[in-house]
Amino acid sequence: MIDYTELMGFGPRGWGLLMVQATLMTVAVSASAFALGSVLGALVAWARIEGNRLVRIGADAYTTVLRGIPDLLVIYLLYFGGSEALTALARLLGAKGFVGVNSFAAGAIAVGIISGAYQGELFRGAYQAIARGELEAARSVGMPRLLLFRRIIVPQALRFAIPGLGNVWQLALKESALISVVGLTEILRQAQVGAGSTRQPFAFFITAAVLYLLLSTVSGWGFRRAEAVGMRGVRRA
Amino acid sequence: MDFHFLRETVLLLLSGVPLSLNLAFFSILAGAVLAVLLALMRLSGNPVLDLPARAYVFVFRGTPLLVQIFLIYYGLGQFPEIRQSLLWPFLREPYWCALLALTLNTAAYSSEIIRGGILSVPFGQIEAARACGMSRWLIFRRITVPQGLRVALPAYGNEIILMTRSTALASVITLMEVTGIASKIIAETFRAVEVFVCAGAIYLILNFAISRGIAFLERRLSPQLREQGAQDHLPEPAR
Repeated sequence: MIDYTELMGFGPRGWGLLMVQATLMTVAVSASAFALGSVLGALVAWARIEGNRLVRIGADAYTTVLRGIPDLLVIYLLYFGGSEALTALARLLGAKGFVGVNSFAAGAIAVGIISGAYQGELFRGAYQAIARGELEAARSVGMPRLLLFRRIIVPQALRFAIPGLGNVWQLALKESALISVVGLTEILRQAQVGAGSTRQPFAFFITAAVLYLLLSTVSGWGFRRAEAVGMRGVRRA
Repeated sequence: MDFHFLRETVLLLLSGVPLSLNLAFFSILAGAVLAVLLALMRLSGNPVLDLPARAYVFVFRGTPLLVQIFLIYYGLGQFPEIRQSLLWPFLREPYWCALLALTLNTAAYSSEIIRGGILSVPFGQIEAARACGMSRWLIFRRITVPQGLRVALPAYGNEIILMTRSTALASVITLMEVTGIASKIIAETFRAVEVFVCAGAIYLILNFAISRGIAFLERRLSPQLREQGAQDHLPEPAR
Protein backbone atom coordinates (compact mmCIF):
# COMPACT_ATOMS: atom_id res chain seq x y z
CA MET A 1 0.00 0.00 0.00
CA ILE A 2 1.34 3.40 -0.93
CA ASP A 3 0.43 6.51 0.99
CA TYR A 4 -2.24 8.97 -0.07
CA THR A 5 -0.01 11.73 -1.46
CA GLU A 6 1.81 9.29 -3.72
CA LEU A 7 -1.47 7.66 -4.74
CA MET A 8 -3.04 10.93 -5.84
CA GLY A 9 0.24 12.50 -6.96
CA PHE A 10 1.59 12.90 -10.46
CA GLY A 11 4.44 10.39 -10.12
CA PRO A 12 4.68 7.09 -12.03
CA ARG A 13 2.31 5.34 -9.60
CA GLY A 14 0.11 8.36 -9.01
CA TRP A 15 -3.43 8.79 -10.28
CA GLY A 16 -3.30 12.57 -10.18
CA LEU A 17 -3.21 13.20 -13.91
CA LEU A 18 -6.06 10.77 -14.57
CA MET A 19 -8.19 12.39 -11.88
CA VAL A 20 -7.54 15.83 -13.36
CA GLN A 21 -8.51 14.58 -16.81
CA ALA A 22 -11.65 13.04 -15.34
CA THR A 23 -12.48 16.36 -13.68
CA LEU A 24 -12.22 18.09 -17.04
CA MET A 25 -14.53 15.42 -18.47
CA THR A 26 -17.06 16.12 -15.70
CA VAL A 27 -16.91 19.83 -16.49
CA ALA A 28 -17.27 19.17 -20.23
CA VAL A 29 -20.25 16.82 -19.90
CA SER A 30 -21.99 19.02 -17.31
CA ALA A 31 -21.47 22.14 -19.42
CA SER A 32 -22.82 20.43 -22.54
CA ALA A 33 -25.82 19.19 -20.58
CA PHE A 34 -26.39 22.61 -19.05
CA ALA A 35 -26.23 24.30 -22.46
CA LEU A 36 -28.70 21.82 -23.93
CA GLY A 37 -30.89 22.38 -20.87
CA SER A 38 -30.82 26.15 -21.48
CA VAL A 39 -32.07 25.71 -25.04
CA LEU A 40 -34.80 23.30 -23.93
CA GLY A 41 -35.64 25.49 -20.95
CA ALA A 42 -36.05 28.56 -23.15
CA LEU A 43 -38.36 26.58 -25.44
CA VAL A 44 -40.39 25.34 -22.48
CA ALA A 45 -40.68 28.83 -21.04
CA TRP A 46 -41.77 30.17 -24.43
CA ALA A 47 -44.31 27.36 -24.79
CA ARG A 48 -45.74 28.08 -21.35
CA ILE A 49 -45.93 31.84 -21.86
CA GLU A 50 -47.05 32.17 -25.46
CA GLY A 51 -48.05 28.70 -26.58
CA ASN A 52 -51.58 27.59 -27.31
CA ARG A 53 -53.35 25.15 -25.01
CA LEU A 54 -51.86 22.04 -26.61
CA VAL A 55 -48.28 23.33 -26.50
CA ARG A 56 -48.75 24.42 -22.89
CA ILE A 57 -49.99 20.98 -21.89
CA GLY A 58 -47.00 19.43 -23.65
CA ALA A 59 -44.57 21.71 -21.82
CA ASP A 60 -46.31 21.00 -18.50
CA ALA A 61 -46.12 17.26 -19.08
CA TYR A 62 -42.42 17.48 -19.94
CA THR A 63 -41.68 19.39 -16.74
CA THR A 64 -43.77 17.13 -14.51
CA VAL A 65 -42.46 13.87 -15.95
CA LEU A 66 -38.78 14.81 -15.95
CA ARG A 67 -38.96 16.14 -12.40
CA GLY A 68 -40.82 13.08 -11.14
CA ILE A 69 -38.85 10.13 -12.51
CA PRO A 70 -35.34 9.16 -11.40
CA ASP A 71 -32.47 10.66 -13.39
CA LEU A 72 -30.86 7.24 -13.56
CA LEU A 73 -33.82 5.92 -15.57
CA VAL A 74 -33.50 8.78 -18.06
CA ILE A 75 -29.82 7.96 -18.55
CA TYR A 76 -30.61 4.28 -19.06
CA LEU A 77 -33.32 5.20 -21.56
CA LEU A 78 -31.03 7.42 -23.61
CA TYR A 79 -28.11 5.01 -23.51
CA PHE A 80 -29.83 1.67 -24.03
CA GLY A 81 -32.75 3.05 -26.03
CA GLY A 82 -30.33 4.99 -28.23
CA SER A 83 -28.18 1.91 -28.76
CA GLU A 84 -31.29 -0.10 -29.57
CA ALA A 85 -32.32 2.44 -32.22
CA LEU A 86 -28.81 2.67 -33.66
CA THR A 87 -28.50 -1.11 -33.86
CA ALA A 88 -31.82 -1.31 -35.67
CA LEU A 89 -30.68 1.41 -38.06
CA ALA A 90 -27.38 -0.35 -38.68
CA ARG A 91 -29.19 -3.60 -39.37
CA LEU A 92 -31.37 -1.77 -41.87
CA LEU A 93 -28.23 -0.59 -43.62
CA GLY A 94 -26.90 -4.12 -43.70
CA ALA A 95 -24.47 -4.08 -40.78
CA LYS A 96 -24.50 -6.80 -38.14
CA GLY A 97 -24.06 -6.79 -34.39
CA PHE A 98 -24.58 -4.28 -31.63
CA VAL A 99 -23.94 -0.58 -32.08
CA GLY A 100 -23.56 1.40 -28.85
CA VAL A 101 -24.24 5.11 -28.46
CA ASN A 102 -21.44 7.32 -27.34
CA SER A 103 -21.76 7.53 -23.55
CA PHE A 104 -20.81 11.22 -23.54
CA ALA A 105 -23.62 12.07 -25.94
CA ALA A 106 -26.20 9.87 -24.21
CA GLY A 107 -25.22 11.21 -20.79
CA ALA A 108 -25.11 14.86 -21.81
CA ILE A 109 -28.48 14.61 -23.54
CA ALA A 110 -30.07 12.80 -20.59
CA VAL A 111 -28.81 15.29 -17.99
CA GLY A 112 -29.62 18.12 -20.42
CA ILE A 113 -33.21 17.00 -20.78
CA ILE A 114 -33.59 16.91 -16.99
CA SER A 115 -31.89 20.29 -16.63
CA GLY A 116 -34.24 21.71 -19.28
CA ALA A 117 -37.23 20.88 -17.12
CA TYR A 118 -35.78 22.93 -14.25
CA GLN A 119 -34.58 25.76 -16.46
CA GLY A 120 -37.99 26.08 -18.10
CA GLU A 121 -39.57 26.95 -14.75
CA LEU A 122 -36.72 29.28 -13.99
CA PHE A 123 -36.90 31.23 -17.25
CA ARG A 124 -40.64 31.57 -16.99
CA GLY A 125 -40.30 33.09 -13.54
CA ALA A 126 -37.54 35.41 -14.75
CA TYR A 127 -39.64 36.57 -17.69
CA GLN A 128 -42.54 37.34 -15.40
CA ALA A 129 -40.25 39.43 -13.21
CA ILE A 130 -39.67 41.89 -16.08
CA ALA A 131 -41.72 45.05 -15.62
CA ARG A 132 -44.71 44.91 -18.00
CA GLY A 133 -44.29 48.59 -18.79
CA GLU A 134 -40.92 47.95 -20.41
CA LEU A 135 -42.42 45.44 -22.82
CA GLU A 136 -45.27 47.82 -23.64
CA ALA A 137 -42.84 50.68 -24.15
CA ALA A 138 -40.72 48.59 -26.50
CA ARG A 139 -43.78 47.57 -28.48
CA SER A 140 -45.05 51.11 -28.68
CA VAL A 141 -41.79 52.38 -30.17
CA GLY A 142 -42.30 49.73 -32.83
CA MET A 143 -39.60 47.21 -31.96
CA PRO A 144 -39.90 44.01 -33.96
CA ARG A 145 -40.38 40.90 -31.80
CA LEU A 146 -36.85 39.60 -32.25
CA LEU A 147 -35.29 42.93 -31.32
CA LEU A 148 -37.55 43.19 -28.29
CA PHE A 149 -36.51 39.69 -27.27
CA ARG A 150 -32.83 40.43 -27.76
CA ARG A 151 -32.66 43.90 -26.25
CA ILE A 152 -35.33 43.93 -23.55
CA ILE A 153 -36.25 40.41 -22.51
CA VAL A 154 -32.95 38.50 -22.60
CA PRO A 155 -30.72 40.94 -20.69
CA GLN A 156 -33.26 41.44 -17.93
CA ALA A 157 -34.60 37.91 -17.64
CA LEU A 158 -31.06 36.55 -17.55
CA ARG A 159 -30.22 38.89 -14.73
CA PHE A 160 -33.14 37.66 -12.64
CA ALA A 161 -32.36 34.05 -13.56
CA ILE A 162 -28.69 34.02 -12.49
CA PRO A 163 -29.15 32.82 -8.88
CA GLY A 164 -31.50 30.05 -10.02
CA LEU A 165 -29.20 29.14 -12.89
CA GLY A 166 -26.43 28.70 -10.33
CA ASN A 167 -28.57 26.12 -8.51
CA VAL A 168 -29.48 24.31 -11.71
CA TRP A 169 -25.83 24.20 -12.74
CA GLN A 170 -24.95 22.60 -9.39
CA LEU A 171 -27.69 20.02 -10.01
CA ALA A 172 -26.28 19.24 -13.47
CA LEU A 173 -22.80 18.93 -12.00
CA LYS A 174 -24.01 16.41 -9.43
CA GLU A 175 -26.21 14.53 -11.89
CA SER A 176 -23.25 14.14 -14.21
CA ALA A 177 -21.88 11.63 -11.68
CA LEU A 178 -24.68 9.27 -12.70
CA ILE A 179 -23.29 9.10 -16.24
CA SER A 180 -20.55 6.93 -14.76
CA VAL A 181 -23.02 4.02 -14.83
CA VAL A 182 -22.90 3.96 -18.64
CA GLY A 183 -19.12 4.05 -18.65
CA LEU A 184 -18.11 7.66 -19.28
CA THR A 185 -14.76 8.27 -17.59
CA GLU A 186 -15.65 11.28 -15.51
CA ILE A 187 -14.68 11.82 -11.86
CA LEU A 188 -16.75 9.05 -10.30
CA ARG A 189 -15.97 6.45 -12.99
CA GLN A 190 -12.26 7.19 -12.74
CA ALA A 191 -12.48 6.87 -8.95
CA GLN A 192 -14.20 3.50 -9.33
CA VAL A 193 -11.49 2.27 -11.69
CA GLY A 194 -8.79 3.48 -9.32
CA ALA A 195 -10.54 1.99 -6.30
CA GLY A 196 -10.80 -1.34 -8.09
CA SER A 197 -7.19 -1.57 -9.13
CA THR A 198 -5.53 -0.26 -5.96
CA ARG A 199 -7.97 -1.61 -3.36
CA GLN A 200 -8.11 1.81 -1.74
CA PRO A 201 -11.74 2.76 -2.35
CA PHE A 202 -11.95 5.28 0.46
CA ALA A 203 -8.99 7.26 -0.83
CA PHE A 204 -10.48 7.44 -4.30
CA PHE A 205 -14.06 8.23 -3.38
CA ILE A 206 -13.05 10.87 -0.85
CA THR A 207 -10.90 12.44 -3.58
CA ALA A 208 -13.91 12.37 -5.90
CA ALA A 209 -16.01 14.07 -3.21
CA VAL A 210 -13.36 16.76 -2.74
CA LEU A 211 -13.16 17.36 -6.50
CA TYR A 212 -16.94 17.82 -6.68
CA LEU A 213 -16.84 20.20 -3.71
CA LEU A 214 -14.08 22.13 -5.43
CA LEU A 215 -16.04 22.39 -8.66
CA SER A 216 -19.20 23.48 -6.90
CA THR A 217 -17.38 26.01 -4.74
CA VAL A 218 -15.53 27.56 -7.66
CA SER A 219 -18.63 27.72 -9.84
CA GLY A 220 -20.70 29.02 -6.93
CA TRP A 221 -18.21 31.83 -6.60
CA GLY A 222 -18.40 32.47 -10.34
CA PHE A 223 -22.19 32.69 -10.26
CA ARG A 224 -22.09 35.09 -7.32
CA ARG A 225 -19.70 37.30 -9.30
CA ALA A 226 -22.01 37.13 -12.29
CA GLU A 227 -24.96 38.06 -10.10
CA ALA A 228 -23.09 41.03 -8.68
CA VAL A 229 -22.21 42.20 -12.20
CA GLY A 230 -25.71 41.57 -13.53
CA MET A 231 -27.40 43.38 -10.67
CA ARG A 232 -25.10 46.38 -10.56
CA GLY A 233 -27.73 48.63 -12.12
CA VAL A 234 -30.52 47.53 -9.79
CA ARG A 235 -31.28 49.49 -6.68
CA ARG A 236 -32.10 47.22 -3.80
CA ALA A 237 -34.54 47.89 -1.03
CA MET B 1 -47.29 -3.23 -29.04
CA ASP B 2 -46.40 -6.32 -27.10
CA PHE B 3 -48.94 -6.23 -24.30
CA HIS B 4 -47.78 -9.50 -22.83
CA PHE B 5 -44.27 -8.10 -22.34
CA LEU B 6 -45.62 -4.87 -20.86
CA ARG B 7 -47.78 -6.79 -18.40
CA GLU B 8 -44.90 -8.99 -17.31
CA THR B 9 -42.63 -5.96 -16.96
CA VAL B 10 -45.09 -4.00 -14.85
CA LEU B 11 -45.63 -6.98 -12.56
CA LEU B 12 -41.89 -7.47 -12.12
CA LEU B 13 -41.33 -3.78 -11.50
CA LEU B 14 -44.16 -3.59 -8.98
CA SER B 15 -42.36 -6.19 -6.87
CA GLY B 16 -39.65 -3.56 -6.37
CA VAL B 17 -42.04 -0.90 -5.08
CA PRO B 18 -41.98 -2.04 -1.42
CA LEU B 19 -38.19 -1.70 -1.28
CA SER B 20 -38.26 1.72 -2.97
CA LEU B 21 -40.89 2.94 -0.51
CA ASN B 22 -39.11 1.35 2.42
CA LEU B 23 -35.87 3.19 1.57
CA ALA B 24 -37.70 6.47 1.01
CA PHE B 25 -39.79 6.21 4.18
CA PHE B 26 -37.07 5.27 6.63
CA SER B 27 -34.45 7.62 5.20
CA ILE B 28 -36.87 10.55 5.33
CA LEU B 29 -37.91 9.65 8.87
CA ALA B 30 -34.35 9.32 10.20
CA GLY B 31 -33.25 12.25 8.04
CA ALA B 32 -35.91 14.49 9.58
CA VAL B 33 -34.69 13.78 13.11
CA LEU B 34 -31.11 14.54 12.11
CA ALA B 35 -32.27 17.62 10.17
CA VAL B 36 -34.04 19.13 13.20
CA LEU B 37 -30.87 18.61 15.19
CA LEU B 38 -28.76 20.27 12.51
CA ALA B 39 -31.19 23.17 12.15
CA LEU B 40 -31.13 23.77 15.91
CA MET B 41 -27.34 23.62 15.88
CA ARG B 42 -27.24 26.26 13.15
CA LEU B 43 -29.70 28.47 14.98
CA SER B 44 -28.04 28.09 18.37
CA GLY B 45 -25.78 31.09 17.78
CA ASN B 46 -22.94 29.09 19.31
CA PRO B 47 -20.03 28.69 16.85
CA VAL B 48 -19.04 25.33 18.35
CA LEU B 49 -22.42 23.95 17.26
CA ASP B 50 -22.98 26.16 14.23
CA LEU B 51 -19.73 25.50 12.36
CA PRO B 52 -19.90 21.67 12.29
CA ALA B 53 -23.52 21.84 11.12
CA ARG B 54 -22.55 24.34 8.42
CA ALA B 55 -19.69 22.10 7.25
CA TYR B 56 -21.97 19.07 7.22
CA VAL B 57 -24.55 20.81 5.06
CA PHE B 58 -21.86 22.14 2.72
CA VAL B 59 -20.29 18.71 2.19
CA PHE B 60 -23.50 16.74 1.74
CA ARG B 61 -25.13 19.29 -0.55
CA GLY B 62 -21.99 19.85 -2.57
CA THR B 63 -21.26 16.24 -3.53
CA PRO B 64 -23.34 13.84 -5.62
CA LEU B 65 -25.43 11.31 -3.69
CA LEU B 66 -23.86 8.51 -5.72
CA VAL B 67 -20.39 9.48 -4.44
CA GLN B 68 -21.76 9.38 -0.88
CA ILE B 69 -23.24 5.94 -1.48
CA PHE B 70 -19.95 4.61 -2.88
CA LEU B 71 -17.97 6.21 -0.09
CA ILE B 72 -20.06 4.39 2.49
CA TYR B 73 -20.55 1.09 0.67
CA TYR B 74 -17.07 0.59 -0.82
CA GLY B 75 -15.00 3.22 0.98
CA LEU B 76 -15.54 2.31 4.63
CA GLY B 77 -14.49 -1.29 4.04
CA GLN B 78 -10.96 -0.09 3.35
CA PHE B 79 -10.33 0.31 7.07
CA PRO B 80 -9.64 -2.84 9.11
CA GLU B 81 -10.91 -1.02 12.23
CA ILE B 82 -14.35 -0.71 10.66
CA ARG B 83 -14.31 -4.26 9.32
CA GLN B 84 -13.69 -5.52 12.84
CA SER B 85 -16.16 -3.20 14.54
CA LEU B 86 -19.66 -4.01 15.69
CA LEU B 87 -21.08 -1.92 12.87
CA TRP B 88 -19.62 -4.09 10.13
CA PRO B 89 -22.57 -6.51 9.89
CA PHE B 90 -24.63 -3.44 8.94
CA LEU B 91 -22.11 -1.59 6.79
CA ARG B 92 -21.52 -4.75 4.78
CA GLU B 93 -25.13 -4.82 3.65
CA PRO B 94 -26.07 -2.70 0.64
CA TYR B 95 -29.48 -1.98 2.18
CA TRP B 96 -28.07 -0.34 5.31
CA CYS B 97 -25.44 1.54 3.32
CA ALA B 98 -28.04 2.93 0.94
CA LEU B 99 -30.31 3.84 3.85
CA LEU B 100 -27.45 5.56 5.67
CA ALA B 101 -26.36 7.53 2.60
CA LEU B 102 -29.92 8.60 1.78
CA THR B 103 -30.52 9.61 5.41
CA LEU B 104 -27.34 11.69 5.69
CA ASN B 105 -28.07 13.30 2.33
CA THR B 106 -31.68 14.27 2.98
CA ALA B 107 -30.76 15.52 6.46
CA ALA B 108 -28.50 18.16 4.90
CA TYR B 109 -31.18 19.44 2.52
CA SER B 110 -34.02 19.22 5.05
CA SER B 111 -32.10 21.03 7.77
CA GLU B 112 -31.96 24.12 5.55
CA ILE B 113 -35.70 23.87 4.88
CA ILE B 114 -36.46 23.49 8.59
CA ARG B 115 -34.12 26.36 9.45
CA GLY B 116 -35.97 28.56 6.96
CA GLY B 117 -39.28 27.54 8.53
CA ILE B 118 -38.13 28.35 12.05
CA LEU B 119 -36.66 31.68 10.93
CA SER B 120 -39.95 32.61 9.29
CA VAL B 121 -41.78 32.80 12.63
CA PRO B 122 -42.10 36.52 13.44
CA PHE B 123 -40.03 37.55 16.41
CA GLY B 124 -42.95 39.43 17.92
CA GLN B 125 -44.71 36.12 18.51
CA ILE B 126 -41.74 34.69 20.39
CA GLU B 127 -41.53 37.92 22.37
CA ALA B 128 -45.22 37.77 23.22
CA ALA B 129 -44.86 34.16 24.32
CA ARG B 130 -41.93 35.10 26.52
CA ALA B 131 -43.93 37.95 28.00
CA CYS B 132 -46.63 35.43 28.92
CA GLY B 133 -43.98 33.51 30.80
CA MET B 134 -43.78 30.47 28.53
CA SER B 135 -40.69 28.33 28.91
CA ARG B 136 -38.35 27.91 25.93
CA TRP B 137 -39.53 24.39 25.24
CA LEU B 138 -43.17 25.43 25.43
CA ILE B 139 -42.52 28.31 23.04
CA PHE B 140 -40.82 25.92 20.64
CA ARG B 141 -43.64 23.42 20.83
CA ARG B 142 -46.61 25.79 20.78
CA ILE B 143 -45.42 28.77 18.76
CA THR B 144 -42.40 27.94 16.62
CA VAL B 145 -43.19 24.40 15.44
CA PRO B 146 -46.81 24.85 14.33
CA GLN B 147 -46.04 28.02 12.39
CA GLY B 148 -42.65 27.04 11.04
CA LEU B 149 -44.07 23.72 9.87
CA ARG B 150 -46.65 25.45 7.71
CA VAL B 151 -44.02 27.54 5.97
CA ALA B 152 -41.61 24.64 5.54
CA LEU B 153 -44.14 22.10 4.34
CA PRO B 154 -44.25 22.92 0.59
CA ALA B 155 -40.44 22.84 0.31
CA TYR B 156 -40.31 19.74 2.49
CA GLY B 157 -42.87 18.05 0.27
CA ASN B 158 -40.57 18.71 -2.66
CA GLU B 159 -37.74 17.13 -0.74
CA ILE B 160 -39.83 14.02 -0.06
CA ILE B 161 -40.53 13.66 -3.78
CA LEU B 162 -36.86 14.19 -4.61
CA MET B 163 -35.93 11.50 -2.09
CA THR B 164 -38.37 9.03 -3.57
CA ARG B 165 -36.70 9.71 -6.88
CA SER B 166 -33.24 9.37 -5.35
CA THR B 167 -33.90 5.88 -3.98
CA ALA B 168 -33.24 4.77 -7.57
CA LEU B 169 -29.53 5.19 -6.89
CA ALA B 170 -29.66 2.27 -4.46
CA SER B 171 -29.85 0.06 -7.55
CA VAL B 172 -26.23 0.91 -8.32
CA ILE B 173 -25.13 -1.01 -5.22
CA THR B 174 -27.15 -4.07 -6.25
CA LEU B 175 -30.44 -3.33 -4.48
CA MET B 176 -33.39 -4.60 -6.47
CA GLU B 177 -35.86 -1.77 -6.13
CA VAL B 178 -37.85 -0.48 -9.10
CA THR B 179 -34.92 0.99 -11.03
CA GLY B 180 -32.70 -1.99 -10.22
CA ILE B 181 -35.29 -4.36 -11.66
CA ALA B 182 -35.78 -2.04 -14.64
CA SER B 183 -32.09 -1.99 -15.49
CA LYS B 184 -31.95 -5.79 -15.15
CA ILE B 185 -34.85 -6.22 -17.57
CA ILE B 186 -33.28 -3.73 -19.99
CA ALA B 187 -29.97 -5.58 -19.89
CA GLU B 188 -31.72 -8.89 -20.53
CA THR B 189 -34.17 -7.83 -23.24
CA PHE B 190 -32.68 -4.64 -24.73
CA ARG B 191 -36.14 -3.10 -24.79
CA ALA B 192 -35.25 0.12 -23.03
CA VAL B 193 -38.20 2.20 -24.16
CA GLU B 194 -40.96 -0.12 -22.96
CA VAL B 195 -39.27 -0.76 -19.62
CA PHE B 196 -38.61 2.94 -19.18
CA VAL B 197 -42.24 3.80 -19.79
CA CYS B 198 -43.44 1.24 -17.24
CA ALA B 199 -40.90 2.20 -14.56
CA GLY B 200 -41.43 5.91 -15.22
CA ALA B 201 -45.18 5.48 -14.82
CA ILE B 202 -44.69 3.75 -11.47
CA TYR B 203 -42.54 6.60 -10.15
CA LEU B 204 -44.97 9.21 -11.45
CA ILE B 205 -47.88 7.50 -9.72
CA LEU B 206 -45.92 7.26 -6.46
CA ASN B 207 -44.94 10.91 -6.62
CA PHE B 208 -48.44 11.98 -7.54
CA ALA B 209 -49.80 10.16 -4.48
CA ILE B 210 -47.16 11.77 -2.28
CA SER B 211 -47.84 15.26 -3.58
CA ARG B 212 -51.59 14.76 -3.02
CA GLY B 213 -50.82 13.65 0.53
CA ILE B 214 -48.70 16.74 1.15
CA ALA B 215 -51.37 19.02 -0.29
CA PHE B 216 -53.91 17.42 2.06
CA LEU B 217 -51.60 17.93 5.03
CA GLU B 218 -50.98 21.54 4.01
CA ARG B 219 -54.71 22.13 3.98
CA ARG B 220 -55.12 20.56 7.41
CA LEU B 221 -52.30 22.61 8.91
CA SER B 222 -53.25 25.96 7.42
CA PRO B 223 -56.91 26.75 8.08
CA GLN B 224 -56.48 30.20 6.55
CA LEU B 225 -55.65 28.60 3.21
CA ARG B 226 -58.85 26.62 3.19
CA GLU B 227 -60.90 29.70 2.39
CA GLN B 228 -58.64 30.45 -0.56
CA GLY B 229 -58.82 26.85 -1.59
CA ALA B 230 -62.59 27.05 -1.70
CA GLN B 231 -62.33 30.08 -3.94
CA ASP B 232 -60.00 28.21 -6.27
CA HIS B 233 -62.82 25.85 -7.05
CA LEU B 234 -65.23 28.57 -8.06
CA PRO B 235 -65.84 28.72 -11.79
CA GLU B 236 -63.68 31.28 -13.57
CA PRO B 237 -65.45 34.51 -14.39
CA ALA B 238 -66.29 34.91 -18.05
CA ARG B 239 -63.78 36.95 -19.95
